Amino acid sequence: MTTDVNLLLAVSGMLFALGLVGVIVRRNLLVMLMFLELMLNGVLLSLAVFTHLLGAEAGAVLMFLVFTVAAAEIAIAVPIILLLVRSGRTLDPTAYSGLKG
Amino acid sequence: MNGMLTILVLLPLAGFLLNGLLGRRLGPAFVNVVGIGLPTLAFLTALWAWRTLEAGGGAPIIETVFTWAVIGEYVFEVSFYLDRLSAVMALIVTGVGALIHLYSIGYMKGDESYARYFAYLNLFLFFMLLLVLGRSLLVLFVGWEGVGLASYLLIGFWFQDVAKARAGRKAFITNRVGDAGFLLGMFLIFTAVGTLEMDLINEAFAGGLIPVGIATAAGILLFIGATGKSAQIPLHVWLPDAMAGPTPVSALIHAATMVTAGVYLIARLSGVYLEAPAASTLIAVIGVLTAFLAATIALVQTDIKKVLAYSTISQLGFMFLALGVGAYGVAVFHLFTHAFFKAALFLGAGSVIHALKGEQDIRRMGGLARRIPWTFATFLIATAAIAGLPPLAGFFSKDEILWFALASGQGGAVWLWALGSLTALLTALYMFRLLWLVFLGTSRMEPETERHVHESPISMTGVLVVLAVFSVVAGWFALPHYLEPLLPLPELQPERAGLHMAQIIFAVMLALLGLLAASWLYREGGKPADLLWQNLQRLHRVLLGRYFVDELYDRGLQRPWRWVSDRVFLRLGDRVLLDGSLHGLAALARRGAEMFGRIQSGSLHWYAWMTLFGIAAVLIWVWRYV
Repeated sequence: MTTDVNLLLAVSGMLFALGLVGVIVRRNLLVMLMFLELMLNGVLLSLAVFTHLLGAEAGAVLMFLVFTVAAAEIAIAVPIILLLVRSGRTLDPTAYSGLKG
Repeated sequence: MNGMLTILVLLPLAGFLLNGLLGRRLGPAFVNVVGIGLPTLAFLTALWAWRTLEAGGGAPIIETVFTWAVIGEYVFEVSFYLDRLSAVMALIVTGVGALIHLYSIGYMKGDESYARYFAYLNLFLFFMLLLVLGRSLLVLFVGWEGVGLASYLLIGFWFQDVAKARAGRKAFITNRVGDAGFLLGMFLIFTAVGTLEMDLINEAFAGGLIPVGIATAAGILLFIGATGKSAQIPLHVWLPDAMAGPTPVSALIHAATMVTAGVYLIARLSGVYLEAPAASTLIAVIGVLTAFLAATIALVQTDIKKVLAYSTISQLGFMFLALGVGAYGVAVFHLFTHAFFKAALFLGAGSVIHALKGEQDIRRMGGLARRIPWTFATFLIATAAIAGLPPLAGFFSKDEILWFALASGQGGAVWLWALGSLTALLTALYMFRLLWLVFLGTSRMEPETERHVHESPISMTGVLVVLAVFSVVAGWFALPHYLEPLLPLPELQPERAGLHMAQIIFAVMLALLGLLAASWLYREGGKPADLLWQNLQRLHRVLLGRYFVDELYDRGLQRPWRWVSDRVFLRLGDRVLLDGSLHGLAALARRGAEMFGRIQSGSLHWYAWMTLFGIAAVLIWVWRYV
């Protein structure tokens, strides 16, 4: 059991790190969005592990809630990117740095 | 009855509010009814209060209105205190006040700020009654400051004229200097006695438990306050300038009532001064010097109101002389008689100015006696009264002052009496000089002015007649004797006790001598006097320059202070320290903002990097310290 937990946590950390590196390195908005989801999944995996470990079943419910919200986020983020691309003709985020507050 | 004194005080306040808020909209008829009616009602209430007091055998009536503040064991109440002294004062204030309000109808007719004038005048009455009737020094102080405010507002009533606005400011600032002394004296008494109720203060000091040093210090500090309000040396400089206000204001505030507040204060706290002979001596010396010096200045003034202003300072000096030798009741007596004849003189002067369409220079008057007979007759009576001719009011009170200056067992001295008598001579001289130059001899008026000379309306001359009658009879009322249970007269020095008759005869001779000298010196428009002054040019210049006190203050106080204000406070303090530090902070914030603003580049990758650094830093910190 202990090794399982460690392994699962390591996988969670790696997923998160991979996602972060991807967000930093890639220059494509859609790909960055995917890596963002990867980061989120890493975090959720750790949440699932700890929920299991502590026997707090409410955590599982929270997890599904986060999944739902994340899906909704994507549903908003993708149309925004589509609109950006329609006006800017590129997926490179540096082209849109003029949007800063 | 309960609430009688409160009603008395609140009546003029109601007049102020009504006239101040509604007077402009509702027109002069409304202003007249409110402005004259409420002071008259106040006078009737004062009479009623006085009757009630006498029915009770003179036992003080105390009326508590509300509790102002409770601090620990100390309770500060707003309460009114009516004894014979405050009753006399309240009667003077409301009586002369109501008459002068009545006179103002004619004098201020057609002024564009008619309602404002009556509002201020009623406000003055309110604060003056607060001052006179307050039981606690604190309430007295509120009234004290309030009359200062009303005085300031009325001196600068025609504020479009810069010189007049400036005169108001000068009065206010000079009084502030005195008020600092007043406050310190009040604090000292509170620490020594633990109460501010004036009757209790007097009792505590009379008990003999308070050290003489404290009594002396408190006495001198309060006297400094009195020198400000009552225009005594060295704070007398504001009163002559205060003549910039309308003439009825000069009569009411700057002659009959407000300027006597200092005299009232010291008479009210006589218990303190009885324990402080040094402070009393100081008061007598300042009083007699003020009386003398102001009288000499009055000899050469050419503005009709300035002559009367210096005369007021001089008469106030007499009152302080009486206070200084322990004859408190006599000082109040002179205050009482002075209120009538000086109000009559000022209002007479106002009538002259009114007749001459604003002319105030006595060198361009003369021969007015037949043109404005009522004004002349009343002015003549008041002049004779102030000069001390028997049996008019001023004779009795001034004689008593000189008598106690000589014979009082509490600091009576020959030199005080001698200087006082000389001043009495000068008083007769400068007052009859004024009478001669204004009313007698041949006319020196501009032809244009002369054609328009007219007697004032009945509302003005009527008031003059009433005041003239009181200038005659006020002295027949033995006020010092009436006040004796409250303010006992000092013991006489035994070896001088038999000289009273001689002193009276001497005083009358002096007054007559002044009259004769004036009639000789100021015939033919004052040619003999001009000749005399040509031989005494240096003295003449000093007197015309009013002993150069204003110039001295200008050189010694105002200019150094202005320099310090400009260089130290404005340029160093304000511009370098305050502005410098604030501008520095602003520049710091702006530069910091520019620096941090560069971080927000708009590049998503850069943001992601920063998030990574942030997470790494947090993790390291958690690992190291938690």
